[in-house]
Amino acid sequence: MAVLKDDTLPIRTSEDVVRVRKEVRVQAIAAGFGIVDQTKIITAASELARNTLDYGGGGTARLELVQNGARKGLRLTFEDKGPGIPDLQLALTDGYTTGGGLGLGLSGAKRLSNEFDIHSVVGEGTRITIARWK
Amino acid sequence: MDRIPILKLGRALLVTVQVDMHDRLAMALEEDLSEKIVATNARGVLIDISGLEIVDSFMGRMLDNIAAVSRLLDADTVVVGMRPAVAITLVELGLSLTGVKTALNVDRGMALIGTGFGAHDGADDDGVGSEDTDGRVEG
Repeated sequence: MAVLKDDTLPIRTSEDVVRVRKEVRVQAIAAGFGIVDQTKIITAASELARNTLDYGGGGTARLELVQNGARKGLRLTFEDKGPGIPDLQLALTDGYTTGGGLGLGLSGAKRLSNEFDIHSVVGEGTRITIARWK
Repeated sequence: MDRIPILKLGRALLVTVQVDMHDRLAMALEEDLSEKIVATNARGVLIDISGLEIVDSFMGRMLDNIAAVSRLLDADTVVVGMRPAVAITLVELGLSLTGVKTALNVDRGMALIGTGFGAHDGADDDGVGSEDTDGRVEG
């Protein structure tokens, strides 16, 4: 799999979340996504970027435009050095929240992606990677 | 600090959300709207989101909150102009905005304001309701 473009953006403020959305949109268009796929990946990115900010205390978003054969896709990695998630299964349950949100961020982002991977260590941080293919 | 403009349109307030909102802007909108509902005796709030490329759960919660606050202040909230891709994505996200009334455009939204769409037991409905019941007797 070839990586055509690779950018990392900081997530420190809610303005950064907006910036991540905008950049994901640019990359989704570059990947040739139609309007529904664009909307899905931008929405997933928005949920995960907000989680990174609200629960992880900030972190980074890595945006990769990737190509696998003839297919282009977008791979997004959100990483923080926050408290980590003690119970991943619980955190992926619809409606479960520790932060006063709707509890749809993780589970919703997973549904909106073709690939979803989460790695979290309590006391060290969380890394979530999603991918969506054209 | 930036503010989203609120326009008075007859007995309703019209808010057009064009920009990609960040948290503080959204909070400010909630406050401004609730004050303006009381100040202008508005019976409804129309929120035009046709300019929004996405609605995430944060925005969805904000729309729900605005609708709930408006209801307490005796005003109906109608979200208008949602893009089809946004609707598809919201449902997949798991957010169906059940607390918010929607309309396809501002005109249709305006028509809903003040019709008491929250409580469907008005005299106007009686005729239609009984016809429906009559038609189902065979079942």
